[in-house]
Amino acid sequence: MSVSPLSLIVAAAVAWLTIGALGLVQPRNLRIVRLLFPAGGALALALAAVAFVALARPPEAFVLPLGLPDLPFHLRIDALSAFFLVLLGSASAAISLFSSGYFRAGEGTAPGLICFQYHAFLAAMALVLIADDAYLFMVAWETMALASFFLVTTDHRIPEIRRAGFLYLLIAHIGAIGILLCFGVLQGGRGDYTFGAMRTVPLQAFWPSVAFFLALFGFGAKAGLLPLHVWLPEAHPAAPSPVSALMSGVMLKTAIYGLLRVTFDLLHTQIWWWGAVALTIGLLTALYGVIFAAAQTDMKRLLAYSSIENIGIIVAGIALTILFSAYDKPRVAAIALTAVLYHCLNHAFFKSLLFLATGSVLHATHERSLGKLGGLIHRMPWVAWLALVGTLAIAGLPPLNGFVSEWLLLQAFLFTPSLPQSTVNMLVPVAAAALVLAVALAAYVMVKFYGVIFLGRPREPHLAYAQDAGRRERIALVWLAVGCVLLGLFPTTVIGAIDHVNALLLATTVSRAGESNWLLLAPIATDRSSYSPLVVLAVIVAVVLITMNVVRRVWHGRSRRAPPWDCGFPLQTPRMQDTAEGFGQPIRQVFEPFFKMERHLPSPFDAKPRYYVSASDRLWDWLYVPIARVAETLARIAGLIQQGRIAVYLTYSFITLLALLFLVR
Amino acid sequence: MTVASLLSQLLQVAIALALAPLLVGWVNQCRAWLQNKRPPPLLLPYRTIHKLFVKDAVIADNASPIFRLTPYIVFGAMCCAAAIVPSLATDLPFARAADAIALVGLFALARVFISLAAMDIGTSFGSLGARREMFVGFLAEPALLMVLFTASLISGSTSLPTIVDTLAHRELGIYPSLAFAGVAFTMVSLAENARIPVDNPATHLELTMIHEAMILEYSARHLALLEWASALKLFNYSCIGLALFFPFGIAEGTNWLAMLGAAPALILKLVIGGAALALIETLSAKMRIFRAPEFLGTAFLLAVLGMLVNLLLGS
Repeated sequence: MSVSPLSLIVAAAVAWLTIGALGLVQPRNLRIVRLLFPAGGALALALAAVAFVALARPPEAFVLPLGLPDLPFHLRIDALSAFFLVLLGSASAAISLFSSGYFRAGEGTAPGLICFQYHAFLAAMALVLIADDAYLFMVAWETMALASFFLVTTDHRIPEIRRAGFLYLLIAHIGAIGILLCFGVLQGGRGDYTFGAMRTVPLQAFWPSVAFFLALFGFGAKAGLLPLHVWLPEAHPAAPSPVSALMSGVMLKTAIYGLLRVTFDLLHTQIWWWGAVALTIGLLTALYGVIFAAAQTDMKRLLAYSSIENIGIIVAGIALTILFSAYDKPRVAAIALTAVLYHCLNHAFFKSLLFLATGSVLHATHERSLGKLGGLIHRMPWVAWLALVGTLAIAGLPPLNGFVSEWLLLQAFLFTPSLPQSTVNMLVPVAAAALVLAVALAAYVMVKFYGVIFLGRPREPHLAYAQDAGRRERIALVWLAVGCVLLGLFPTTVIGAIDHVNALLLATTVSRAGESNWLLLAPIATDRSSYSPLVVLAVIVAVVLITMNVVRRVWHGRSRRAPPWDCGFPLQTPRMQDTAEGFGQPIRQVFEPFFKMERHLPSPFDAKPRYYVSASDRLWDWLYVPIARVAETLARIAGLIQQGRIAVYLTYSFITLLALLFLVR
Repeated sequence: MTVASLLSQLLQVAIALALAPLLVGWVNQCRAWLQNKRPPPLLLPYRTIHKLFVKDAVIADNASPIFRLTPYIVFGAMCCAAAIVPSLATDLPFARAADAIALVGLFALARVFISLAAMDIGTSFGSLGARREMFVGFLAEPALLMVLFTASLISGSTSLPTIVDTLAHRELGIYPSLAFAGVAFTMVSLAENARIPVDNPATHLELTMIHEAMILEYSARHLALLEWASALKLFNYSCIGLALFFPFGIAEGTNWLAMLGAAPALILKLVIGGAALALIETLSAKMRIFRAPEFLGTAFLLAVLGMLVNLLLGS
């Protein structure tokens, strides 16, 4: 009898926990930790391989007699879980390897403890993906939130980091309440909290909508949907870079998994206006994220806002899937869902790559502010060239992977005119325009990110001594960059794997319906739309090589070096380069209503002129500060009845008892 | 894919490469006539490119390989685009490799690389130009895609050959949506090709310039390739416009004779289009960079309007 994939995945999760526990034996011993992380990475790779096999297999379930009495853990793996497990394994393999070279002793939490938290985080994410009852799901979900909270507050001696961690924990719990209530609705009053039972419960009237919006709220808080996105730009700069990579690349996707699980598996029908609402929220999130990313001067904060943008795009794709399947157009819904899953995978790869690259930069320079970096391509060529791959991928440029998912999503948008509802038909072109605007702005943001960090001249003298990343870190970055390239060049293979999920959730596939082959991606028909990244890459590379040769043969290839042209003004310093603030200035000016700006301009007589500008989130003032005020007021009123004398409290108990007796009688 | 079709594909790229500098020369000549100046020779762009290829390249001390690689990549992307845009024939083998959306992606690839190269040297002009180029780019790209979406809604396809086939075979009548899209496309092309209301191709070292600021550090063969690539970009945009709005006379299939017949039609259309471009440039004034969002926002709204008109009227 062969071993089932599900038991192997459970074994991997247990092994991760064991590795974590081993790290606790000697928490200050860096040598042990440096062995444990690669072992965890190898396990992740094995998990990805097992999950890839499970993708094509029929669903498999079993019950573990663990947990509370009468509440055993139900586990199940189907194509949807398997797809996200592949994502988890393949991205975290690289992150684990990178971590083994990254964490040092003497920076906040002991490395052994980090090792435990890190592997508990991984195991919790794997459990979230294979949980088949609400109880285990919530246990794993909360473990995931707690483990990541402790990882975020690694440098817990710094007050800002503690504050960021607390904000993250708070929003994670508000989201968890939403998810819990959603499961409460889904069980439909029967008291059976297994997913299997929820699938069979017929929900009446408005209850499916309540469940969907609770799920959107709960999972949206984890994923960073507007207006619950505020924790991302605080937590990511606070966390160590591998943790940021894991949270942004993988953990956000567990929220997407949860949303898909509830919407397309546990609920039977989808209603079109869910799609309309989710589309609006998703696109607003995407635009908001990218506009704020353009104004950032901290490299990790910039990437955090870019994650918000990508989550917005993914949710917009989910919304389209809902719209199409509500109008019973499964083939187009399958294209939208494929775009969603493809983008999840892409984002896991390029965002992890970029976060890890910022980690290397941070270690080499001790600078996180874009205003103090520059010219690192000369000192850190490995990191710079691999980050270039990630930059081009996230900017959505052909022939890399980011473009494929955006292309698929735009194809899905172009299908909407076939819908019967005319208002939706009007809404969607505007939505497509917003999506395109967000994607185009992402290219702006990424040029700023890459150009300011790696190109130009070093803005600070000590950057000249920056060291390139170590061997393990390089291998991890290479793995992710190769992933970006391969995912971009072989879309039909990837879509073939994603089709198992389409078959599960929408009972149709993209590959069989379209005219794709290994070279050409054509989701519907070749004369409708087609794209072949391999041919595009081959043509560009061929032209580049031919041109280089021809120019050399026909003319010559002579060149000499000289100082850059100074326009006749010899006193040029690196500080005169465009800064990150400068690069973001056009966006701040065009989208001024979005920002809360604080500007300090020097007067002409300042001996030491200082220019200062900050652009912060208006949502803080509009939403969070009023909520905080209300909470404070309520707490003050509640505080009035607390006198601190035991007699008063006894009186309260007595009154309560009397009231209860009166009511129950 | 047969050898004949591959050869006709190469023929189309070769014609694009050969005609692109001529188009630039023609526009410059028309503009000089309209402005009462003595026109430069028609073949001046070829001579400039040759002169630049002969010279020795001077590269800044701190230039990275990205700086040296960029001209080739930009040139490659533009050649790739020239293979895809149906300028002479619609059914060429590479045309299926990228549809309209991927074509916009290719232009974006070139733009991102040229901006990165501009930031590479670390002079203030370069990064200023890069910032402005990306600024204009992110405003123009959505408008361009909306124009292409309007055309693809009419033909039910994002593949350029299918769009051209559908539009060329319709009964002669005016599509109101295409009229909106046409105006929007003209505005976008002016911005994307660094033409007058947004940028000025004729000046150097003005605080208003965009494209020229980015390529300030380039010399010799690198500059030649960039000049050629920007000529190709103008040619490609013209051909997209002609294919969308005047798709008559483009050969169907890869018949050599049909392609040779299509060439004079293309040249005639380009002559008229180039003169029109010169007229627009002469009649308008360069605007401040922060007026560009208004200009391109108008283009974007016109394109969205075209799309809505198409959905409402079904035409």
